[in-house]
Parts: sequence; C-alpha cells; structure tokens
Amino acid sequence: MASTFTKIVAAVVVAGAAGLGAAYALTAPDPQPESHWANLGNPDLANGEQLFWAGGCAGCHAAPGAEGDALKIMSGGRALPSDFGTFHIPNISSDPQAGIGSWSLAQFGNAITRGVGPKGEHLYPSFPYGSYARLAPKDVNDLFGYLKSLPASSNVAPAHDLPFPFNIRLAVGGWKFLYFDDTPRVALANPSEQVKRGQYLVEGPGHCGECHTPRNALGGFEAGAWLAGGPNPEGEGRIPDITSGSEAIGAWSEDEIVNYLETGFTPDFDSVGGSMVEVQKNIAHLPKSDLEAIAAYLKAVPGR
Amino acid sequence: MRIKILAASAVALCLGFGSAFAAEPQVDRQAGMKAIGGSMGALAAIAKEQKPFDAEAVKAALTTISTSAKAFPDQFPVGSETGHDTEASPKIWENPSDFRAKALKLAADADAVLASAPTNVAGVMNAMQTLGAECGQCHQTYRLKR
Repeated sequence: MASTFTKIVAAVVVAGAAGLGAAYALTAPDPQPESHWANLGNPDLANGEQLFWAGGCAGCHAAPGAEGDALKIMSGGRALPSDFGTFHIPNISSDPQAGIGSWSLAQFGNAITRGVGPKGEHLYPSFPYGSYARLAPKDVNDLFGYLKSLPASSNVAPAHDLPFPFNIRLAVGGWKFLYFDDTPRVALANPSEQVKRGQYLVEGPGHCGECHTPRNALGGFEAGAWLAGGPNPEGEGRIPDITSGSEAIGAWSEDEIVNYLETGFTPDFDSVGGSMVEVQKNIAHLPKSDLEAIAAYLKAVPGR
Repeated sequence: MRIKILAASAVALCLGFGSAFAAEPQVDRQAGMKAIGGSMGALAAIAKEQKPFDAEAVKAALTTISTSAKAFPDQFPVGSETGHDTEASPKIWENPSDFRAKALKLAADADAVLASAPTNVAGVMNAMQTLGAECGQCHQTYRLKR
C-alpha cells in the first residue's frame, strides 16, 4: 500500500503533466483545417493586386529604399526594430528556395491568417497576422496567386535578432493565447455596407491598428483604445489617434480623409511623414470606393 | 491682376523681413514649410478646378516653393535639434548632406517647372505630382510624427 507521501507526489506529477498538456494544447500552433483552403479555384490576380496594396506587403517585404517596379520584388531584408528586438523581414518572393514559390495555398493561408509557418511553427506577430486573420479565404487565394506572379529573388534575410526570452518561438503561443483574436475590433450599430467594407479593409488587410492602437508591455492591444494612437512602436515620435474623436483628424470630412489617402496631403496642405508615407503610397492604389469606405469606417469608430 | 501681384509682393516682403529678424531657425523653417504647404494648396485648388487657371498665381506658388526650399539647408543648424515643437528628425543632423540634397532637389524641380511654366490645368497637375511626391519622400526620413 502506497504511503500518503507517494500519493501526494503522484498527484502532483499527474496534475503537473496535465497542466503542461493543457498549456501546450492552449498555445500550440493552430492552423485552419485543410478544407478551409480547398476549392477556391483560380486566383483573381487583379483582386490579388488590390490586396497586395491594401495589405502594404511592399512596405516591409520590398528591399530597403525600393521604389517603382522594385516595390514588387518581395526580397525581404529590411530590419524592423521593436521593443522586443530586431526583426529581419523574410523573402516572400516567388523564388522556390528563398521565397514562397514552393508553398501550398494552405501553408500560405495558415501563415497569413493564423501565424503558423510552413513547418507548423509559430510566427512572430511582427508579421501582422492578428489583422490578416480577418481575410476571406478567397482574398487569401487571390493574394497568393498575385504574389507568385511577381519576380523571384534569391536574397536570404538574416534570422531575427531577439534577446531571451523573445527568441523562444514556443512563447509566441502564449502571446497568441492572450491576444490573438479574429473577431471585430469594435462593435458598430447597424453599419452600412460601405462601413462594413471599410471595417474589413482597416481591421483586416490594412492592419492600421497595428501602429495606431496603443499596446501594453506584452505587446497586446490596450482595451477600449482601438485606433486611439500611442507611442511609435518603431522608435521616436507618436502615432496619431485616427478615431472620430481624434485631435489630429477628427475634424476632417470624409472627403478630406479620402484626399489624404489619395495624395498624401492634409486639408491644410501639410504633408504625410514618417512611416505613413509608404502606407499612403500603397493605399493610394486602391479604388476610390475603397478609400471612401475607409473614411466612412474611421468616422464610425468611437473616440477613446 | 495688379492687386494680386501687389499682394504677393507684400506677402513675400513680410516673409523676407520675418526671416531676417527672427532669431530662431526652428520658427523660420516652420514658416518655410507652411509657405510651401500654402503654395501646394493654391496649386491643388487649380488642379482640382476649384479655382480658375491663373498663370500668375501658379508662378507665385512655384517661386515660393523654390525660395523656401533653397533656405532649408541653412535653417537646421547644429543646436536647433529641439525646441519650438520641432518635428525635425535627428536624422537630419546625422546625414546633413543628403538632407541638403533633397531640399535643393525640390528647389531645382520647382525652378524647372517655372522655366517652362504650366499653361493649363494638366500642366499644374503634373507639377503637383512631381513636387508633392518630394514632400513625402523627404518627410519619410527627416520628419517625426505623422
């Protein structure tokens, strides 16, 4: 007959193992089922290009300083500084070895919407899959088709330069458990079709909240402050509030917001600056109806 | 027309006196940036056909852009990195030659447009696209905020 002590030890071991198992189950990479990516047919490359610009892929994945057609070569190589270390942006060109040319649609789709890499590993949320999670499967298919139609680059970017404990990919599972959320960021009462389109563009591919929403010490969005602005995650300066209650743009009309996104000029002809320069240039490729939808949505987002 | 020229000269004179007497380079350069912004606004009103095409107004706007841009390289001296709510990035003082080149390129491009002055709305639109893009290109690196 086992002693009381043995029983207690056994109970602790079992509870510990169960706890670890539960912790792993809660934080393991969680790709979509294969069926999610099935039967999507041939990609619509024109729509894929719209998503490419809406998503700002070139803003990170084009070579540093790229302009014009070079913005379509997804060679990677830029360094993205952050509070957690420096991320080196990978090659997502059509190159089968250095890029994503040999990936399946499921691999691409799980990377962009679930933060799960091609080997089933967690990806760091510097890649804004927390926003891209909202992409419709059809849009993912179209974007993947478009990316594969762009030129190949054999550039291999360095590994991320992250200090302990951020260099442990398993820990990203904990971050996802706490903060990964593909539900709407704000509840809108009776949104029009236009506002819904704007919500999709801003919260999904546009990933505007990744900079315009303040974060806590662990990199999660602060509650109740969606698009309310905050310190610049890449360094100096502040990112403005872009809600309807914004000091910076709250007084702008929807037309003025559209004009800013189209031309880079504010209503009083101040110009866009900082990281917003390339964001604006990317967004300017969208059809005017989409810019109008973005403006309508921003006007519907409550101030802090 | 004469009144407009007089008004433009008066404004230019005031700007000139302003920069002659102001001791703070931060204030001078902010006035220069605002003057360029105002000129872009004047060009945009014509490009968008909110105002009729006016060759003199176009010339005045281009001249202001050129003059203000030519002054920028000397309006960011060492010691003026902070103060007066400046939005100047420290990168200006890390890479002064590139900053200078970008300011002078804007001035040179404005002068080039002036040399073959736009004669219609399409010409103003072209000029705006060339010069407007340079605002963003320089601000991307050398301006904090936004």
